[in-house]
Amino acid sequence: MSDAPPPSTREGPPPGLVKEVVRSALRVENVDTPRNRVLAVAHTVWLHLHPTKVPRYSVRFSFTWGAGGISFLLFLVTVVTGVVLMFVYRPTPEHAWLDVKRLDFDVPFGMLNRNMHRWAAHAMVIVVWVHLLRVFLTGSYKAPRQFNWVVGVGLLTLTMLLSFTGYLLPWDQLSMWAVTVGTNMAAAAPVIGHEGPFAAPGLSATNDVRALLLGGPTVGSAALLRFYILHCVALPMALGLGCIVHFWRVRRDGGISGPGTSGPKGAP
Amino acid sequence: MKDDRPPTLWTRRDVQTRSAWALLGASLVAMVGAFVRLLFPRVRAEPPTKVVLGSPEAFAVGEVSERYKRTHRFVLVREAAGFYALRSVCTHLGCVPAWSAGQEKFKCPCHGSGFHRDGVNFEGPAPRPLERLAIALDAEKNLVVDTAVVLRRERGEWSRADAFLPYPSAGHP
Repeated sequence: MSDAPPPSTREGPPPGLVKEVVRSALRVENVDTPRNRVLAVAHTVWLHLHPTKVPRYSVRFSFTWGAGGISFLLFLVTVVTGVVLMFVYRPTPEHAWLDVKRLDFDVPFGMLNRNMHRWAAHAMVIVVWVHLLRVFLTGSYKAPRQFNWVVGVGLLTLTMLLSFTGYLLPWDQLSMWAVTVGTNMAAAAPVIGHEGPFAAPGLSATNDVRALLLGGPTVGSAALLRFYILHCVALPMALGLGCIVHFWRVRRDGGISGPGTSGPKGAP
Repeated sequence: MKDDRPPTLWTRRDVQTRSAWALLGASLVAMVGAFVRLLFPRVRAEPPTKVVLGSPEAFAVGEVSERYKRTHRFVLVREAAGFYALRSVCTHLGCVPAWSAGQEKFKCPCHGSGFHRDGVNFEGPAPRPLERLAIALDAEKNLVVDTAVVLRRERGEWSRADAFLPYPSAGHP
């Protein structure tokens, strides 16, 4: 868009309050013309993520399965419910398990929030895989979208890591041993794991990559705290940043792929 | 006007700009480095590794005692000829194998690894035998297990003196 003032600035009587609010939100006079529709989207921060034009094929559910959008929706559900859970849950061995029990049996709407978080998280892992499958089946990973495929693989990895770190937080036997098993695999990593091939000299159970994850040689209070921070701060921030790049690339590459758009810079 | 001065490699502005960037970069490297170092604690609070088990007479011949499994993660095995301590850490991925008296084996609940009573693996994904812990008698004739001294069979460490404590029972001279 050019830097010219939006076409709403025309002579006339001062607008009423409602009209002024609508205008300051939309920044465009609400006259239903194709040009004004485009401008209304382009000129507001709330709608600028949305494409100004959506091809007919891209809203066909059978083409996209809605998987990318549903993945993001589920991510938002886990963020909102997760923040709610953070008001109750304390990541220490003394409190963690009891706080989860408190959520389930004591805190009003605690069980609802916890189960929404849990089911949205499970569904997110499934839907992200479905999204990957759909992108593969429709050939949407081809040029010019190959970079966005790579970004998507990164987001998939982050989704898995979020799922894994959240697994420890209920602090029951299942999470304890699942994370013991999972992090013991890290001990077998080449070079940086003390039981792995080409382990660096001087590496032991107390200073290798597993110790970095766990804060010690076994799953204990330090591991719980580290997984909590990864789960609630580091990984969601990384996933959010990755989503920004991912969505931006979709727009830059001419919207989502569609019939006859697989060529470079293609448009239907 | 012609400039006769020799060309300089870096102008004053270049030097200042690059110094500022270098300073910023060095600060960031120091911050990240300090954070990574912070993640490896200098001191860890852990219980003493030497565990005093009391008199050897408290254990019956043939017994596989899981008395210390929950607190110290090892089991004590009493054979006719003496004692050894097996670390309750599965050599597959670190779960706790449980002694099954009926089947005469240690069974890991996570992925089904099985170990004979001497600790040698025979089924499931575990790649090597359970590890033994150093065992000895102290001055008061009490059994002492040191959980910090880990002995592996595949390294030949089970033939060390502290891997097995000879203590013949009354009926087996």
